[in-house]
Amino acid sequence: MARNTPQVNAGSMADIAFLMLIFFLVTTTMEVDTGIMRQLSPPPLKDQEPPKFKDRNIMKILVNSSDRLLINNKIGDIKTLRDDVFDFMSIHHNDATYPEVSPKSIDIIGDVYVSRGLISLKNDRGTSYEMYIKVQNEIAAAFTELKNQVAMKHFGKNYDKLLFEEQKDAVSEAVPMRFSEAEPEDIGGK
Amino acid sequence: MSRFKQKGSKELPPISTSSLPDIIFMLLFFFMVTTTMKQADVFVKVRPTSATEVVKLEKKSLVSYIHVGPPLQAKYGTNSRIQLNDRFATIEEIQEFITKEREARNENERKQLSTSLKVDKETKMGIVTDIKQELRQVGAYRVSYSSTEVKKMDL
Repeated sequence: MARNTPQVNAGSMADIAFLMLIFFLVTTTMEVDTGIMRQLSPPPLKDQEPPKFKDRNIMKILVNSSDRLLINNKIGDIKTLRDDVFDFMSIHHNDATYPEVSPKSIDIIGDVYVSRGLISLKNDRGTSYEMYIKVQNEIAAAFTELKNQVAMKHFGKNYDKLLFEEQKDAVSEAVPMRFSEAEPEDIGGK
Repeated sequence: MSRFKQKGSKELPPISTSSLPDIIFMLLFFFMVTTTMKQADVFVKVRPTSATEVVKLEKKSLVSYIHVGPPLQAKYGTNSRIQLNDRFATIEEIQEFITKEREARNENERKQLSTSLKVDKETKMGIVTDIKQELRQVGAYRVSYSSTEVKKMDL
C-alpha cells in the first residue's frame, strides 16, 4: 500500500499572494504620460548659411520676456493665434499678402495646392514655459485644423478618424508641418 | 417515520477558501501587467502645463525623463533646477546622461528613444532652451513636452 504524502497546508497561500499584490500596488504607477511631441532639428554646421525665405512666405512669431506676442512685427494675441496661423497657412491663390502656393500631385488625393508658408517661432530666455507650451499648442492645433479640413474634403472624416495609413500620409503631404524654431539668442533680461 | 434521514449536524458547512489564493493571484497579475515600475523619486516641484494637442507616450521603457523645476526642499534654493535620475544635475551633464541612456538599450531600440521634458510651468525658457541645445548636440531629436490633456485651453 502506497503511503499517502501529507497534504500541504495552503491556508497561508492567500496571505503570500496578498503580500505580493500590495508590493506591486506600492511600487508601480498607472499614470499615462502625455505630451506635445516635437522633432528638434540637428545643430547647424559652422559655416552653414541660414536658408533664405521670401518675406511673404514666413510668419515670424516672437514671444518676449513678459509673455507678449509679436507676429510679423505686429502685436499679436494668444487668443487669436490659432486663427492667424490657420488663415496664414490656408491656400490663397494670387494674393501677395499670403504665402505662395505650389501645385502638387499626391497619391489617392490627386492634384492639390500646397502652401509654401513657414511658421517661425522665437522665444526669449525670460519667456515662461507655460506661455511657450500655449504657443506650441496653438500652432499644433492650427495645423490639426488644416489637416482636418483636407481630410474632410477628400475622405469625409477628420484626420485622426482616418482608418488607413496611406490616407493619413496623403493628408500629411498636402499639409506639411512647416514649423521651425529660430536659433536662440540672448535678448532681453533673464 | 422519515424516509430520508438527515446526516450529520444542521450547522452550515464552512465556506471553502481554497480558491482565495487564485483570486488574489489573478488580481496580482492584472496589476503586474497594467502598471509600470515607478521612476526615480522627484525632488523638484513640477506643476504640469496643460495642452489640447497631446499624444500618449507609448513605450515607456524607451523614454528618458528630465525634470526641471524649483526644488521641493528650500535648502537647495528656489530657482528651477534640473533633475536627472535621482540627483540634481547641471546643463553639462545632459549629454552624458543621454549617452548612458542610449547605451543601456539594444541597437534597434536606440532610434526610438525619446526624451520627456517634465518642466514646471513657471520655469523660464532660458533653462529649457539650454537643455534643448544640449539634446540637439547629442542627437536626441525626439522630444515630448509633458502636459496633461484638456479639452479646451484656458488662454
